[in-house]
Amino acid sequence: MLSIKNLTVSIENKQILKGLNLEINKGEVHAIMGPNGTGKSTLANIIAGKNIYTIEEGTIDYMGKNLMEMEVDERANEGIFLSFQYPVEIPGVSMVNFMRTAINEQRQYHGKDPLSAAEFLQKMEEKKKLVEIHSKLTNRSVNEGFSGGEKKKNEIFQMAMLEPVLAILDETDSGLDIDALRVVANGVNKLRNENNAFIVITHYQRLLDYIIPDFVHVLFEGKIVKSGGKELALELEQKGYEWLNQPSK
Amino acid sequence: MGKENQQEEILQHVTQNEYKYGFVTDVEMEIAPVGLNEDTVRYISAKKNEPEWLLAFRLNAFRKWETMKMPTWAHLDIPPIDYQAISYYAAPKNLPKYSSLEEVDPELLKTFDKLGISLEEQKRLAGVAVDAVFDSVSVKTTFQETLKKHGIIFCSFSDAVQEYPDLVQKYMGSVVPPHDNFFAALNSAVFSDGSFCYIPRGVRCPIELSTYFRINTANTGQFERTLIVADEESYVSYMEGCTAPQRDENQLHAAIVEIIVMKDAEVKYSTVQNWYPGNKEGNGGIYNFVTKRGICKGNNAKLSWTQVETGSAKTWKYPSCILLGDNTIGEFYSVAVTNNYQQADTGSKMIHLGKNTKSTIISKGISAGHSDNSYRGLVKMVKKAANARNYSQCDSLLLGDKCGAHTFPYIKTENQTSMVEHEATTSKISEDQLFYCNQRGISTESAIGLIVNGYAKEVLNKLPMEFAIEAQKLLSISLEGSVG
Repeated sequence: MLSIKNLTVSIENKQILKGLNLEINKGEVHAIMGPNGTGKSTLANIIAGKNIYTIEEGTIDYMGKNLMEMEVDERANEGIFLSFQYPVEIPGVSMVNFMRTAINEQRQYHGKDPLSAAEFLQKMEEKKKLVEIHSKLTNRSVNEGFSGGEKKKNEIFQMAMLEPVLAILDETDSGLDIDALRVVANGVNKLRNENNAFIVITHYQRLLDYIIPDFVHVLFEGKIVKSGGKELALELEQKGYEWLNQPSK
Repeated sequence: MGKENQQEEILQHVTQNEYKYGFVTDVEMEIAPVGLNEDTVRYISAKKNEPEWLLAFRLNAFRKWETMKMPTWAHLDIPPIDYQAISYYAAPKNLPKYSSLEEVDPELLKTFDKLGISLEEQKRLAGVAVDAVFDSVSVKTTFQETLKKHGIIFCSFSDAVQEYPDLVQKYMGSVVPPHDNFFAALNSAVFSDGSFCYIPRGVRCPIELSTYFRINTANTGQFERTLIVADEESYVSYMEGCTAPQRDENQLHAAIVEIIVMKDAEVKYSTVQNWYPGNKEGNGGIYNFVTKRGICKGNNAKLSWTQVETGSAKTWKYPSCILLGDNTIGEFYSVAVTNNYQQADTGSKMIHLGKNTKSTIISKGISAGHSDNSYRGLVKMVKKAANARNYSQCDSLLLGDKCGAHTFPYIKTENQTSMVEHEATTSKISEDQLFYCNQRGISTESAIGLIVNGYAKEVLNKLPMEFAIEAQKLLSISLEGSVG
């Protein structure tokens, strides 16, 4: 589904990703771990299409298409979803209006008629239940005045609404209490199936107790230096990232 | 990577939006000779078969106007206007009166259809009564019958002069005197038509009243007057809309709106102004120099102005409230959008004369392209206005880096017990907001529409339902593609 080859990326002449390779198939959950400043969020932003980086080398193939040639909204409509580390506030724009616009633009992209108000509201109710989000969140303006936890839950709610093919969770667990963490994890677990894939970016193994990954990758200094199964996360938890400084064998 | 290119590209998009009301209607017109002198004033008055006192009113205004100079204090760049090159009267030929819609020129009806205000439709759909002013003449007032039952008078200004001369004479010029300012004097001398509305004591007007203004003929000015009188304990919601054909030369619109609100009465006046703004190079477009003022005459009276300004090449307009009675309330809610080379200098005046008077000013400016958008407001509280309160909030949203936003608040309080609060913000649509929307599959065009409408929501919420939807669409269209 997603194939990243030799991806080298810089911002303001500083290289962040240095020849990164990653293969993701349908039905898989990949966790990406690593210390601060190693390029985890950059990777998420690059896949989503944020326009502030210089791609020096490498290719990203997404379902047979060259991802680099697609606009941000086109990528989204092709099923790429990014759960933001810091979701922005959009004052005065209600969640209902925002979501309805997003859903209907997605439908239009795929040549479908827009949802009627009733159909939309019904879908929203279902998804709210699925991700256990309170109704009052969706009555407010997009992220405006939301607590950190509310913002993250709102990201998961949007993910449920948009039903992505490839979802990237960029440190969705940071700053969450244990209840919010459970809500986020349950959301992902209910949504995962054999036709979609997840990239879960996190610092902590804690989230991976709830979302069981198929693969764990360690991103260090712009490269994936180690990949393994879920047990790798536990190892990292015990040893920290320091041991990665030694040349790997 | 390419951030500036993208901005440039998106800014260029701005110029692609087209003004969809730019058509011209082919109706035979009777047009006064170009130029302005006492004979012009007499010609207009005679055409309208006016009583002696009204001719005297006009001539008095004309003589005052001759001694006045066009104001230059506004933050507007207005080339000299040749007032002798304008025709001051244009009316569809042979069509001054209609007893039924069948008699109206089909071309005219088509025009109003295109504008989305089918008079035919209006007859059937309950809700809005329309007085349509085409160039200088009021074409048709719908819903007269329904309104009559409640004792409400809603008719063209010309009809009011003929049928209710006492009411007109009593109130006309009482809020905006003929010598008030240059444009008010000009209007008072040559006004051609407009709307008149009287709500009797204790009556809540059951439907929204609406006036639609349209300038059609080339080289004419439009000078209409609106006079609204809400008697004690009455209520009315009044809406005004306007469009004009696309022309290369500028056209002048200098209107007057006067509102008198008696004790315990309430008037809501909403405007969606969509005059032709000129093309992307800044050629053509309407000069909108309008004097709007209301007085809350009796205790507990309330007047609110809501305006959504998207059109006009130049706007000079300050809807104001004189809060004479005790406990009276004045409100001003405004969204002003300028794009390309548009310039707007708009705001409000709240004059607190009575005790415990309250006023609110919410102004949301949105500038894009090479435009300039200024808020200018005056809050004045005299010595007698004990415990007067004002809250003003002036926000500016900038799209792109070639436009300007300015705020000129004037505050004068002459007593110790009054309170004035003023807040002002300037913001830009952030790249992060756009990226967030794009990431959800929302195109940049739609995202700007969403964000701008969210920004203006506080004001849009004050509009009557029918208008709010139109205004929302208009905002998105006016700003198609502009980002900063």
